[in-house]
Amino acid sequence: MAETTLRNGRARSSSRLEQGLVVLGILALLAAPFFVYPILLMKMLCFALFACAFNLLLGYTGLLSFGHATFFGGAAYFCAHAVKVWGWPPEAGILLGVVGAAGLGLVMGFFAIRRQGIYFAMITLALAQMFYFFCVQAPFTHGEDGIQGVPRGFLFSLLDLNQPLNIYYFVLAVFLAGVFAIWRIVNSPFGMILRSIRENENRAVSLGYSVANYKLAAFVMSAALSGLAGAVKAIVFQFATLTDVTWQMSGEVILMTLLGGIGTMVGPIVGAGLVVGLENALATSGFPVMIATGVIFMACVLLFRRGIVGEIQARWNARRESRSGNKAHG
Amino acid sequence: MADVPDMDSIDLRVVLSARGLRRDFGGFVAVNDVDLDVHHARIHALIGPNGAGKTTVFNLLTKFLEPTSGRIELLGHDITRMPPAAVARMGLARSFQISAIFPHLTVLDNVRVALQRPGGLSTQFWRPLSALDRLTPRADELLDAVGLTDVRNKLAVDLSYGRKRVLEIATTLALDPKVLLLDEPMAGMGHEDVGTISDLIRSVARGRAVLMVEHNLSVVADLSDWITVMQRGKVLATGDYPTVAADERVKVAYMGMEEG
Ligand SMILES: Nc1ncnc2c1ncn2[C@@H]1O[C@H](COP(=O)(O)OP(=O)(O)OP(=O)(O)O)[C@@H](O)[C@H]1O
Ligand SMILES: [Mg+2]
Repeated sequence: MAETTLRNGRARSSSRLEQGLVVLGILALLAAPFFVYPILLMKMLCFALFACAFNLLLGYTGLLSFGHATFFGGAAYFCAHAVKVWGWPPEAGILLGVVGAAGLGLVMGFFAIRRQGIYFAMITLALAQMFYFFCVQAPFTHGEDGIQGVPRGFLFSLLDLNQPLNIYYFVLAVFLAGVFAIWRIVNSPFGMILRSIRENENRAVSLGYSVANYKLAAFVMSAALSGLAGAVKAIVFQFATLTDVTWQMSGEVILMTLLGGIGTMVGPIVGAGLVVGLENALATSGFPVMIATGVIFMACVLLFRRGIVGEIQARWNARRESRSGNKAHG
Repeated sequence: MADVPDMDSIDLRVVLSARGLRRDFGGFVAVNDVDLDVHHARIHALIGPNGAGKTTVFNLLTKFLEPTSGRIELLGHDITRMPPAAVARMGLARSFQISAIFPHLTVLDNVRVALQRPGGLSTQFWRPLSALDRLTPRADELLDAVGLTDVRNKLAVDLSYGRKRVLEIATTLALDPKVLLLDEPMAGMGHEDVGTISDLIRSVARGRAVLMVEHNLSVVADLSDWITVMQRGKVLATGDYPTVAADERVKVAYMGMEEG
């Protein structure tokens, strides 16, 4: 009994600490555009949301997709086309991107979901490559040129997204809403089943859960949220190109997630921020970005497998354990 | 042995049956023409030497493996081609020979996951985890029945081997199944837990069918109403304990294994 109260007490104080950190983080993001170039921040936020959506699948369902560029880049194309060619308002274009990505997720998930481990990764990669070649060929994507000059327009015909601060706070709002949605899914009754599938798939089956359906649902949710990130990115940068549907992009989101920490809420955000920041810093130096990210990847796998945030969490918990242990003894 | 038959145990319907069950692995026949009837309100032990095919029979009955041939009926329905999750939802629950738990969930959450399916609580992705709070009293009841209350907030991975098995049984019972398949439930348990779990199995078997693989013959003698002996994929003998124990072929198969 005493142990239970102790644990609950500790859990409560640590969740209060977490809440404090979240509030601090949001305040920092609100103030950030006055100190840092907003376009860089917005790029970080888009990739951070993308990585969080990816982590919903890898970290909380245990599925490694190697085809997530399809949803990110696909949604960017759908949104850019709708806004530029059909003259849709930005919110409608983004919605189309999300729905389109969910549709692509349903198709890819349908073919991949019954495979395990490396076979799952390979099928998602193969389907993503098919989508890439489709994008190279399809007229509406304009091949190597991509869709350029997408107007940002007015959000709900009210807010002029050409104003740097307006669009920054819009992107921040989408980011926060997206991360909240992911947090809600992970910490929901449904999320509990996803975790149990990650922990022991056969056991989940023996409890009567049709795991393929749960995985497919998680896959589509992850695809839709990745699409949200990609569509918003198209509005921010006013273009959609082949870069976002390449396999390198699928690899990059894996790297960001691993670097920050799989299965942690904040890890992918930190990982995305670091990778985008690094790319930005290296862009002017002429040092090949591929080599830098490759080295980071190796360091991740060899030195800190839990990722930056995962490693910090583990150390923090270990210290708490030992301190409360000492108290109990003393 | 069965005590004085009470109201429930008079009802001896066959709830799970297999006919001509066979499973090949490449050229090897792991289960060969097995017929099996599992009755309501009875504890049925499936015994046999290592590699006899007991676990494979479990995997076939629960549809974790496809039978090469044969037919399986659960509660009067043909389940031979049904997926395993659907069979589980019909009321056939199993435990695994190698403990199957959710290691990085708490003990309490392990049991609650099993309670979550009825009432659509497993698909709600928009509600907070506190939606599961109403399952907690029932989960605590089950944990209390198996003696895991003191570790309910621990991660399952931190339990001892024996207590992991106990947790798996609690999780299986949470499904309130009509047919319960237990694959060596007592393996690796301490003496005290064996007693608790024996009592528990006896009490849950009043309202349902239990099929149990068990190597500990004293437990088998103590608990089971009916016994099927397997050897090299085939059924060697079936009957109550005295009948089976008197069978010459069973004696040969179990030579040197008899514990009392
Ligand atoms: N997936 C498989 N592939 C190939 N052979 C298998 C497979 N599963 C089981 N077998 C073989 O089938 C035979 C029966 O195995 P099974 O696990 O059913 O035995 P068992 O009676 O449960 O034994 P134990 O008492 O050791 O648990 C063994 O020879 C085993 O090697
Ligand atoms: Mg076995």
